[in-house]
Amino acid sequence: MSALSDQLVTFAILVYLVAMISHAVEYALGNARARIVKAAPVRELVGAGAGGPGGTVESPVDPAPPVRSAADRSAGRARLAGLIAVGATAVAVLLHLAALVTRGIAADRMPWGNMYEFVLTVSFIGAAAWLAVLAKRPSLRRLGLFLTLVMVLLLAIAELVLYVPIVPLVPALNSYWFVIHVSTIVFSSGIFLLGVVPAVAFLMRNGYEQGRRSFPYTLAKRLPAAAALERLTFALHAFSFPIFTFAVIAGAIWAEAAWGRPWGWDPKETWAFISWVVYAGYLHSRATPSVKRNVATWIAVLGFLTMLMNLFGVNIFFTGLHSYGGL
Amino acid sequence: MTAVDERPATPASAPRRRPNRMLALLRNSWRQLTSMRTALVLLFLLAIAAIPGSVLPQRGISPEKVNEYFVEHPDLAPRLDQIGAFEVFSSIWFSAIYLLLFTSLIGCITPRLRDHVRALRAKPPAAPKRLDRLPQHTVLAAPAGGTAAIVEVLRRRRWRVTVRGNEVSAEKGYLKESGNLLFHSSLIVVLVGVALGSWYGWHGNRLLVAGADNAFCNTRQQYAEAQLGPQVESGDLPAFCLTLDAFQARFLDTGQPEFFNATVSVEEPGQATRTADFSVNSPLRLDDANVYLLGHGYAPIIRYTDRYGRSQTSTTPFLTTGDMGLTSEGLAAFPDANLDPKTGKRDPNLQMAFTGLYLPTAPDSAPYVRSQYPTERNPVLNLVAYRGNLGLDAGIPGSVYQLDQRQVQTGRVKQVGDKLLKQGETWKLDDGSTLEFLGTKRYITLSVRHDPGSGLLLVACGVLLVGLMGSLFGRRRRVFFRVTPAGSPDPASATTTAGSSLVEAGGLPRTDYPGFADEFAQLVAAISGDERSGERAGTEREGSDQAGTREGTE
Repeated sequence: MSALSDQLVTFAILVYLVAMISHAVEYALGNARARIVKAAPVRELVGAGAGGPGGTVESPVDPAPPVRSAADRSAGRARLAGLIAVGATAVAVLLHLAALVTRGIAADRMPWGNMYEFVLTVSFIGAAAWLAVLAKRPSLRRLGLFLTLVMVLLLAIAELVLYVPIVPLVPALNSYWFVIHVSTIVFSSGIFLLGVVPAVAFLMRNGYEQGRRSFPYTLAKRLPAAAALERLTFALHAFSFPIFTFAVIAGAIWAEAAWGRPWGWDPKETWAFISWVVYAGYLHSRATPSVKRNVATWIAVLGFLTMLMNLFGVNIFFTGLHSYGGL
Repeated sequence: MTAVDERPATPASAPRRRPNRMLALLRNSWRQLTSMRTALVLLFLLAIAAIPGSVLPQRGISPEKVNEYFVEHPDLAPRLDQIGAFEVFSSIWFSAIYLLLFTSLIGCITPRLRDHVRALRAKPPAAPKRLDRLPQHTVLAAPAGGTAAIVEVLRRRRWRVTVRGNEVSAEKGYLKESGNLLFHSSLIVVLVGVALGSWYGWHGNRLLVAGADNAFCNTRQQYAEAQLGPQVESGDLPAFCLTLDAFQARFLDTGQPEFFNATVSVEEPGQATRTADFSVNSPLRLDDANVYLLGHGYAPIIRYTDRYGRSQTSTTPFLTTGDMGLTSEGLAAFPDANLDPKTGKRDPNLQMAFTGLYLPTAPDSAPYVRSQYPTERNPVLNLVAYRGNLGLDAGIPGSVYQLDQRQVQTGRVKQVGDKLLKQGETWKLDDGSTLEFLGTKRYITLSVRHDPGSGLLLVACGVLLVGLMGSLFGRRRRVFFRVTPAGSPDPASATTTAGSSLVEAGGLPRTDYPGFADEFAQLVAAISGDERSGERAGTEREGSDQAGTREGTE
């Protein structure tokens, strides 16, 4: 069962990669000039990967076709690539879920006992929530390129660096609060993870819409409108923040039972506090008209960096009571 | 959240006496402090100020690591200590930031609380003259009941409604501001709860060896380390006694712990002695204190028979060194050994001490310094014997778990041999005295705590969450309806509904609310008595979302 889970993770990474390449192809084909790219991305992993994303930036003119039929054909192919990408993402999410379930069955507990399992679950939540967002707002499809990129990176890190074999939980984790605290932390982290994708995309797109044509901004040429990205960013963060708050409170209740105090400024707690404060700052600045939206969005990105610091930095550099990383 | 910093300084009024400069300064600083920008800056300062608390060791969490840091960085550490870097969360600057933040918070929410109470009691405002200027606007045929029918529909949907002549004003979503204020107020209660806990709370750590003769009663002197809040006296500690009856631990083959359970007898004044179990995640909850299981280890039972044939038995906890196999180190001291039976006096230079390691599962071959497994599969004591003046009579406080190294360095205590002892084995020393390793007892380490603020904290956190959700998901919005009698000119729909009276409707979301167009359409449909058209409006998501984008924030 454990080996099956590991294989499923590998498959999920591959299918996310397929989705990413298809998104890249869609991105490239969205160009005004129809470039002929063979639209069989599933088979041609390497070829499309090398050719696809490299040739995205061609002309600043939006689809104003020189030759109508070619443009139509290109648009059709782009749509096809986009659909393949979404389909591949869905398949990858299913594989991802299967990997988690088999890992959980093999361990006979929730698969959140160490950093490897944690990253696996957080990224699953992010990807699944992305599909939910996509179902509601299909026009945001092109964001998938960035999301699948993040997925591939995170899962590869999990597989290559963080992997640990299955062991049962230490007694300290053996509590129903484990399920409550960790599931909500995982869930909110997944949504924050998803939230940072439109946040970064907004920052690029916003710069692009303000006429910037230097490197990171040019990538945003084919992204959805800045306002839509910004609203999605806010919606995701506003959704996740109360869950994160609940998770931290649940953690405090558990800490009271396990360690005798609800809050003790353990490094993990300190960084959760920092993240909470930064995200609260984001929500406040988003609601303050005198703060520009891109400043507010930067704060959201900063919040995600503090979450990353809490996950990787605290587990690796600091010792504290939350030393369950398994590294 | 309203932008307090955007408020105009003073309303332009007739020239008046120059205000008191001091008052003006105070008022301006207060305004600065309670502005959103200041609050945001303070929030970020708070986040940044917390970082050193995770990077540097903290006294409150790991005092031993602070000492290590002092040894490793002898130049830097005292300077860091001066600015409170080892006690970040009780330092002046950290406190200053959060106290300012909370002052700013109170200054911000008090006027808003007043305004909100006023708004809750006020009626929805009168309809604006031109409803077609509002983000949502439509004209429909008046329902049969006129304004009464509109009011009925609105009330059913829990709008707050006012009728002024032929106009209906309605408002909904007060929950947003209520939740927002509730959230921020409960933050203040959280702070109060924390303060209560640190003023009236106390906690102490202690080691408890199994057996009735090692029972522990809750007094200040019984704790190795204890911290009492400023409002707590030693006499305030609740009287109870604990005896460790049994301790069970289960481990995996890798040595990873799987299960702990401690069984204790509890004596509380006025109550019969009872037994209770507690474990890592389920503390022993007494009336005014909770007892937490922190760790466990072994206390070897050692019998020393001195050169005059007198025996003493010591059960000394050996402290675990932090490895998987519970390798423990400790000291068994016999300061009263070798008491001359003829003179009845003891020779201070013939005191005995044994230090070394206890290995629950010793390896098969040397070196015997690391235990292989946390349970007693092959228990071995690896001891060094010392004879001489242990320095216990000098009155200098020292660790009971370690030999005073000064005595060793000055030669007042001399090493007289070392030995590996299995359970039941006897070691004969050079002077004919013997040491027997009889067995071990379990010990557990406990944290005993009382936090009177925790109940308040829990309630405040619950309220905080409810408030937060209301604040994030509530949406304040207003709708207006104006019934125009038949025959009045209305170019928009005069052709279709000529002859009957019309209703002009307008909607205004007061916060960012993309779904308002949908809700408005459904409301209008309900009023015109055509629920199905409302559903249709609801399915046209893309279009209505587009409309939603135009609605700015307040």
